[in-house]
Amino acid sequence: MESARRQAFADGLKAVGPMVAAIVPFGMTAGVAGLDAGLGAALTMGMSLIVFAGASQIASIQLIDAGAAVPLVVITALIINLRMLMYSAHLAPHFHHLTLGWRSLMAYILTDQAYALTISRVMSEGGERYSHWFYLGVALPLWGVWQLATAFGYWAGTAMPPSWELGFIVPLIFLSLLMMSINSRPGVIAALVAGSLSVLGRDLPAGLGLILASLVGIAAGVIVEEWRRD
Amino acid sequence: MIDPLWGITVVIGAGTFAWRGAFLVFGHGLQMPDLVRRGLNYVPPAVFAALVLPGLVQWQADGTVDAARLLAGALAGWVAWRTRSILPTMIIGMIALWGLRALLPA
Repeated sequence: MESARRQAFADGLKAVGPMVAAIVPFGMTAGVAGLDAGLGAALTMGMSLIVFAGASQIASIQLIDAGAAVPLVVITALIINLRMLMYSAHLAPHFHHLTLGWRSLMAYILTDQAYALTISRVMSEGGERYSHWFYLGVALPLWGVWQLATAFGYWAGTAMPPSWELGFIVPLIFLSLLMMSINSRPGVIAALVAGSLSVLGRDLPAGLGLILASLVGIAAGVIVEEWRRD
Repeated sequence: MIDPLWGITVVIGAGTFAWRGAFLVFGHGLQMPDLVRRGLNYVPPAVFAALVLPGLVQWQADGTVDAARLLAGALAGWVAWRTRSILPTMIIGMIALWGLRALLPA
């Protein structure tokens, strides 16, 4: 028993390894953004600890810096993070046997990467008893490295030359997660529809483009699945 | 005096936790309609495609698409598809981007 649990945790650590390195420049961006906006070290780190969601941290810091109204900052951040609701819905049935404490911890450290790796494991292996330890193995290093990277970004300031374009690593991570998640024809359609709409809707305010594109893509997947069944 | 930005941070944090916990913590054991359950299977491809494509297709100031990002992204996408693995995708994607930046006229 003990060793199956440890094995699941180790599997999680192994799966997340390359992603942990890859979030460093992204986390540093959040730190640099806090420094540039004059938020101060405590608030920059407070945001990383309390919100712990990269894109919304960076977007809200930029909006605060631009002098946007408070409701706009809050609404933007929450819309960007709305996808977490879908992750929560997808993961929940696999973990409803756990205690409230476990489920709360899992919710706090939920990220795109932790969701993607865990859901593909429980879906391919039909779920097993220690999936939550796999989840911890994935999510905890992401959490820890994110905090360190934000602090390092704040401290190192703008030392990283922009010409390295390290920010490109972020779409590359999601590209890998995307390819791992496509396992059917309707899945391809869902991705194509959501991806193209997201490019078209990128200028919509408050990150709405992402959510609308995702919802239409999901609907397209379900519709194509329906057609193929007939 | 406490910086009012702490208030914003706490509200965003609480709201984000509410999204993350909506089903994991609060809607514990909730039964979902069949249509929703089937839709959830398309959350990963749809959301990840919506997150990734705007990062690969970017217009420059002169109205043209940033070809280096697009080509590096396409190559990385092919690598990701073949290997289903993150490290080679990242390494080849970044090398391709730097290489194309050096080769293509700015």
